[in-house]
Amino acid sequence: MTRILNTVGELTLYYVNQAGRMGIFLAFVIYHIIKLPYYKIAHVIKQIYIIGTLSVFVIVFTGAFTGMVLALQGFNTLSKFGSEGLIGSVVALSLIRELGPVLAALMVTGRAGSAICAEIGIMRNSEQIDALECMAIDPHKYIMAPKFIAALVSVPLLTAVFNVVGIFGGYIVGVKLMGANEGAFFTSMYRDVEFADISMGFIKSVCFGLLIVWICAAKGYYVHMERSGGFGAEGVSRVTTSAVVLSSVSILVLDYIITSLLI
Amino acid sequence: MNAQPMIQMIDVRKRFGAQEVLRGINLSIFEGKTTVIVGESGQGKSLIIKHILGLMKPTSGKILVNGKDINTISRKGLKEIRANFGVLFQHAALFDSMTVFENVALPLRERTKASAEEIRNKVAEMLTLMDLEGSGEKYPAQISGGMRKRVGLARALVLNPKIVFFDEPTTGLDIAKSNEIYRVFFRTQTKLGYTSVIVSHDVPKIFKLADYVALLYNGIIQDCISPEDFQTSENPVIREFVEKTMGHIYESERMEG
Repeated sequence: MTRILNTVGELTLYYVNQAGRMGIFLAFVIYHIIKLPYYKIAHVIKQIYIIGTLSVFVIVFTGAFTGMVLALQGFNTLSKFGSEGLIGSVVALSLIRELGPVLAALMVTGRAGSAICAEIGIMRNSEQIDALECMAIDPHKYIMAPKFIAALVSVPLLTAVFNVVGIFGGYIVGVKLMGANEGAFFTSMYRDVEFADISMGFIKSVCFGLLIVWICAAKGYYVHMERSGGFGAEGVSRVTTSAVVLSSVSILVLDYIITSLLI
Repeated sequence: MNAQPMIQMIDVRKRFGAQEVLRGINLSIFEGKTTVIVGESGQGKSLIIKHILGLMKPTSGKILVNGKDINTISRKGLKEIRANFGVLFQHAALFDSMTVFENVALPLRERTKASAEEIRNKVAEMLTLMDLEGSGEKYPAQISGGMRKRVGLARALVLNPKIVFFDEPTTGLDIAKSNEIYRVFFRTQTKLGYTSVIVSHDVPKIFKLADYVALLYNGIIQDCISPEDFQTSENPVIREFVEKTMGHIYESERMEG
């Protein structure tokens, strides 16, 4: 009995500690983002290239196929009711409000989030972060702030790319392949997509961008405090896996919360 | 030893779970002097340096740097104290995705307003001092262990720190390479006049550089005295350490002969 209580207490303490750690981490990074000197712009651009530009290919690819499959499914269902004309609106709304932000964020987590976590984890394990601190260079400012800004800029842009390519994919399949009316495709889209839909998608993508970089960077930064243990390469690999899983789950949970608040 | 110490550790204890590694460390480090901390592996020598650097917090006790307690000081205050530090880590801790040049230039870029040309000149000067000319464009993975330590030293010294910490500067190097590190150390200390704290088990060679030698045994600093006094100390623990590290290899005088 005491052992169970012990374990529960230990776990509670660990998770409360971890939550506090991550909160303080985020507060420091935000402080440094606000205070970031202009000459750091080169660092930010480099990170935008790593997180954003290098993710474009995978985003275009997944975006196209998502739009295509949406059109295919949508066409078959809608044609039962003779409403194939609504296919444009179905594809665009699903992408802009829901699938674009979520899938783009999941792709960025897999491609860039894991890389951020592993990179920072290795820096921690090889004492590079200690070395920075001893040089009186704040890692929150030097390493984290540029990555955070880059993610906040890149993820909404990647989401936009995802949406545009997705709608184009939907157009190819819906109109060119399945034979829906081209005019109806665009008219229904113009008519049904409102500014509120676009702003919802934008808010989601900004929140997801912050969530990904926060979880992945903080997990890597505190790799030496992980309860799952494991040092060196194994420790980094475990923490990277857990960062990707946690980010992905959090994205879906946060997606529900934002949707319920904004709908 | 009458001067005010630059760094003072007062009854510092560190516990990891049930194991108490540091059991009341009292140590003073004086300005302009070289203090060497010796002791067997696994005694917690590097831990002492990590505590002074503020990378670890003691379970109890105080660490004063220029009279300020580094565990209660603000983040800004700690940063100001660390601005006077230079550290050579055990494994050099170079930034492995940056070239040698960028590693040495980093403190200048981040902490000073030096122009690109000033940075280039200063880094070139440091690399020459460390016999590393021509290696500026290489990455840490492309150079040898001894060179990496020298790059680490160049990076530690580039901002003319007042106190430099060396965590096992010669571990893993052959005799020629470690002599080279010692020569570089001697040359730079004469030139720059910094206070230094060296953790090492390269006894007796390290005695040549030391002003004071401190022996860490069983979580306690046994004594912090000059190398001459250390070698003739009456303290049984120090005597045993000296005999073990500097004594004969063979069991009897006859075999030694």
